[in-house]
Amino acid sequence: MAEMNMAKAINKALYEALERDERVVVLGEDVGADEGVFRITEGLLAKFGDKRVIDTPLAESGIIGTSIGMAIYGLRPVAEIQFAGFDYYAFHQIESHASRFRNRTRGRVTVPMVMRFPYGGGIRALEHHSESRETYYAHTPGLKIVVPSGPRNARALLHSAIQDPDPVVYYEPKAIYRAFKEEVPDTIETLPIGRAQVVREGREITLISYGASLRQVLEAAEMLEEEDGVKAEVVDLLSIVPMDTKTIVDSVRKTGRAVVVHEAPRNCGIAAEVVARINEHVFLYLEAPVARVTGYDVPIPYFSKEKAYLPDADRILDACRQTLSF
Amino acid sequence: MPKKPIKLPENIEYLSILDENAKVDKELEPKLSADDLKTMYRYMVLARRGDERMLNLQRQGRIGTFPQSSGHEAVSMGSVYALEKSDWHVPAYREFAGMLYRGWPLETMFLYWGGFEEGAVPPEGVNDLPICVPVGSQLLHAAGIGMAMRFKEEKKVVLTYFGDGSSSEGDFHEALNFASVFNAPVVFVCQNNQYAISVPLARQMKCETIAQRAVSYGMPGVKVDGNDVLAMYAATAAAVERARAGGGPTLIEGLTYRMTPHTTSDDPKRYRSEEEMKQWANKDSLIRFARYLEDKGVLDGDARKKLHEEIDEEIKAAVKRFEEQAQSEELLNPLRMFDYLYADTPPDLDEQREELKRFLAKKGKLPASEAGKEQAHTGRERG
Ligand SMILES: Cc1ncc(C[n+]2csc(CCOP(=O)(O)OP(=O)(O)O)c2C)c(N)n1
Repeated sequence: MAEMNMAKAINKALYEALERDERVVVLGEDVGADEGVFRITEGLLAKFGDKRVIDTPLAESGIIGTSIGMAIYGLRPVAEIQFAGFDYYAFHQIESHASRFRNRTRGRVTVPMVMRFPYGGGIRALEHHSESRETYYAHTPGLKIVVPSGPRNARALLHSAIQDPDPVVYYEPKAIYRAFKEEVPDTIETLPIGRAQVVREGREITLISYGASLRQVLEAAEMLEEEDGVKAEVVDLLSIVPMDTKTIVDSVRKTGRAVVVHEAPRNCGIAAEVVARINEHVFLYLEAPVARVTGYDVPIPYFSKEKAYLPDADRILDACRQTLSF
Repeated sequence: MPKKPIKLPENIEYLSILDENAKVDKELEPKLSADDLKTMYRYMVLARRGDERMLNLQRQGRIGTFPQSSGHEAVSMGSVYALEKSDWHVPAYREFAGMLYRGWPLETMFLYWGGFEEGAVPPEGVNDLPICVPVGSQLLHAAGIGMAMRFKEEKKVVLTYFGDGSSSEGDFHEALNFASVFNAPVVFVCQNNQYAISVPLARQMKCETIAQRAVSYGMPGVKVDGNDVLAMYAATAAAVERARAGGGPTLIEGLTYRMTPHTTSDDPKRYRSEEEMKQWANKDSLIRFARYLEDKGVLDGDARKKLHEEIDEEIKAAVKRFEEQAQSEELLNPLRMFDYLYADTPPDLDEQREELKRFLAKKGKLPASEAGKEQAHTGRERG
């Protein structure tokens, strides 16, 4: 066991994957000599050389498009897009090809690759560097999308993603790269993609979230217990596609109340999907409408005002109280 | 049949007029008046000193991460000076000198890097698009503006910029192709500072020059000493003239060097040697231009000193105006995030605005200008 932050844990997973599987290659802009603008690929070029740790030309469509080719030809590319705000340049390769090859060739041609997209606000970044657009990928059949929330699950999910036979978007909450440390075991762990985790037990209300927002949700849950004596259960989705309906509905069946939280815009956001599943499965157990605490339906404001956009513990607490007093 | 060579229409030339020792090629020297030259120098110094001041502001946490522009003054200023005010200017993000010359106030630039959308608002009467962060994408907008100029049968020109790394993006290639196919009056200027963050140009392409890309799109291309403001001006003026006369687009590559990290969060020691940085510091466009102006009797040491003092005062005043705006209730009002997204704000977005307003009011954080107008919650009715 060693204590490490999420940046280090993702780096560790990449290192281990490169070490144990010679098909794995890491590619992207500035991932080599610079070791990534967030230093996630630290030490990899030095250890594995530029055949496997590849500084690419500045072209996201090129990175993803050639990763598709490499995956088809038997490699296991792990592509880094520097910021999720630039993955749209690659979107047509993702939508038109990565997500479709298996289906259109009836399983003959497959695309086992990982796309790492650092997403999210809260780090006072430039324009186009703070958005959360997981819905685009969730809305694209054929893709999986996972979002880690801490060092340990980040490392385990990355291993699972690399081993997965299909293309996986690994949506990286960059705001918490270095926010806190956790014990990470020495032996390689994986987490089944498609499984959520109950990370806090409670009986009165269920809070559902993922990624960077989970920190605010846990903080709100603590405040709710301290100030109102209410015990909230917290579900960390971890995987957006496939979504673990069972863990969600089991919790809501028990609590009868739920609040779903994410920083992406509200309209057609992941919360809408969660609410729909709750309605479909446990509607008659509900004591109150399920609330959403999300980003607003605007581009995340430039950083002087981004705080007001991002769901924080106060806003979540407020929604919990409204839900509890309905 | 024997194989026959196909003759390509363009040769690629390298243009230099004022070399790093301030020696000028009299034959190629552009005809610029003393006032022209002083203006160019003025905005180059304003950009350099402004850049240094911004680094300061960034270190103090008063603005955020920003891409520094020191080293790029000549590419930007030499080219933009070939435009008329009614022409269009579509920058990337290192055209600080050019934007200031075109009429962007310093404080607006500070606001942009200080985290305010208001820093992206082109001033009234300035035919510029704002800074563009997703690299290379602006080139297509410039091509489209050029196509629209042709459509309207106007004799105007659009000048646009990109970095060497950005020439790897598909958008770059599409933009050159569109501009060329539609004979649009576009001048594409590459700020070739030889690195895209850490990645050297040799990793972007196998070609010797960016300029030669022009050949495959059927337009002229020229490589220029980008630290030579006179050569940048001469090359751009020729391209602008041709475009205005209906001769179509041109690609200009200005070879330069960023004298700073990529942005304030970059560490260039990881990928460039001290030696190389020193070498390029000696080629600084400002040093040689100052000597040229002195030799020509346009601006002597004393006049230069006076100009620098004036510029420092100007920057100081701009920082003050920036601070006032950045701390004003108006610009800090988070509810502004809803107000500019659509011409007519849809009702559900209005409801989100109300939702945030109620929340701010509850927390005692509602700006005074918004107070007293809260509407009741309309959702979650009981049946
Ligand atoms: C589409 C896109 N991908 C990645 C980035 C992140 N990024 C910002 S600047 C930069 C390098 C750009 O290099 P170059 O085009 O040579 O211009 P320079 O910054 O050197 O002026 C990168 C990769 C971006 N802004 N946009």
